[in-house]
Amino acid sequence: MLKELCRKMFPRSLWVYHANSGGCNGCDIEVLNALTPWYDAERFGIKLVGSPRHADVMLCQGPAMRATEIALRRAYDAMPSPKLVFAIGSCAGGGGIWHDTYSVLGPVEKVVPVDYYIPGCPPRPEAIVFGVALVLGLVEKKVVDIHVKQDEFPIPRYHPEDLEEVDGTVKYTKSEVV
Amino acid sequence: MSLAAKIKEVLICLRAGRVTLPYPFEPATVPKAFRGRPIFDVERCVGCAGCANNCPAREILVEDVCQEVRILKYLGRRCTYCGRCADLCPENAITMSNEFETATDEISDVGQTLELFMGTCQRCGRCFTSPTPLEELKLKGYRIDDLMNERWVFRSKPFLNEEKTVDDIDIELD
Repeated sequence: MLKELCRKMFPRSLWVYHANSGGCNGCDIEVLNALTPWYDAERFGIKLVGSPRHADVMLCQGPAMRATEIALRRAYDAMPSPKLVFAIGSCAGGGGIWHDTYSVLGPVEKVVPVDYYIPGCPPRPEAIVFGVALVLGLVEKKVVDIHVKQDEFPIPRYHPEDLEEVDGTVKYTKSEVV
Repeated sequence: MSLAAKIKEVLICLRAGRVTLPYPFEPATVPKAFRGRPIFDVERCVGCAGCANNCPAREILVEDVCQEVRILKYLGRRCTYCGRCADLCPENAITMSNEFETATDEISDVGQTLELFMGTCQRCGRCFTSPTPLEELKLKGYRIDDLMNERWVFRSKPFLNEEKTVDDIDIELD
């Protein structure tokens, strides 16, 4: 549904603004790499602009940090609506390796709402092109949340207080929480 | 720019040909040494939680919901694909695949959750304890990470505590 909405809202070229809120510059280089003739994101209409006021899409790189939080939010507010936010790299998606240090607030979704994530450290330029193509509806999503069990759970002998009867069968409530 | 210079530029462009890769319409190849996202094999995993203890991004979480079931959750969102988990896994349950097309609109899609069955002693029905108290401090047999809030909890902190155990790494909770 989001894809359909994207296609309706952004029927023509997407202009991207690239906002680094404290990353290591690795993802910036990969984004610029995706714009080179080898990967050529411009054939999809992607154009890098210098001001958030001209942009439809904000590419966030780097975690949300204490120092740049206000600047990131102001850049997001300056973009004309409708707007999309991409979180590129593991810093923007999840806070990165230094997610628990004092100056890092966490992923950028704590500051601005994120629509698409491209994990990787840094993501390959192909991965960025794949994310763009996912928005444009050219490719299908390839990842899905995996939840596997090694074994069916036997009767819990030590925590009978967590057992609950649901529709005639005994269920273990704690494993449902996960 | 004169006309001759323009003609020269056109000739140079024609000689170069087309270099753009037809990527999203045709699959791309990766280099041999490329590390993509790790794939966890539930059949091989013994639940030693060595990967969780050595993850630099601290994003492999382990929680023992009861004595027999250990839940190992790989978040995937801040993984840097360093391959340390695959390097140290004693059972080679983690393989670094060459998947890089992980762009998604829902960040939980890149996660993996394993529910592992932990063996107990057949006579007493409990897991083995450490021989000395010092080792018990160092290597706790039971770990409680906060899977709901996707938070890593320090091992030295007391667990089985209803209120929030840590305030200093409260960033994941807001």
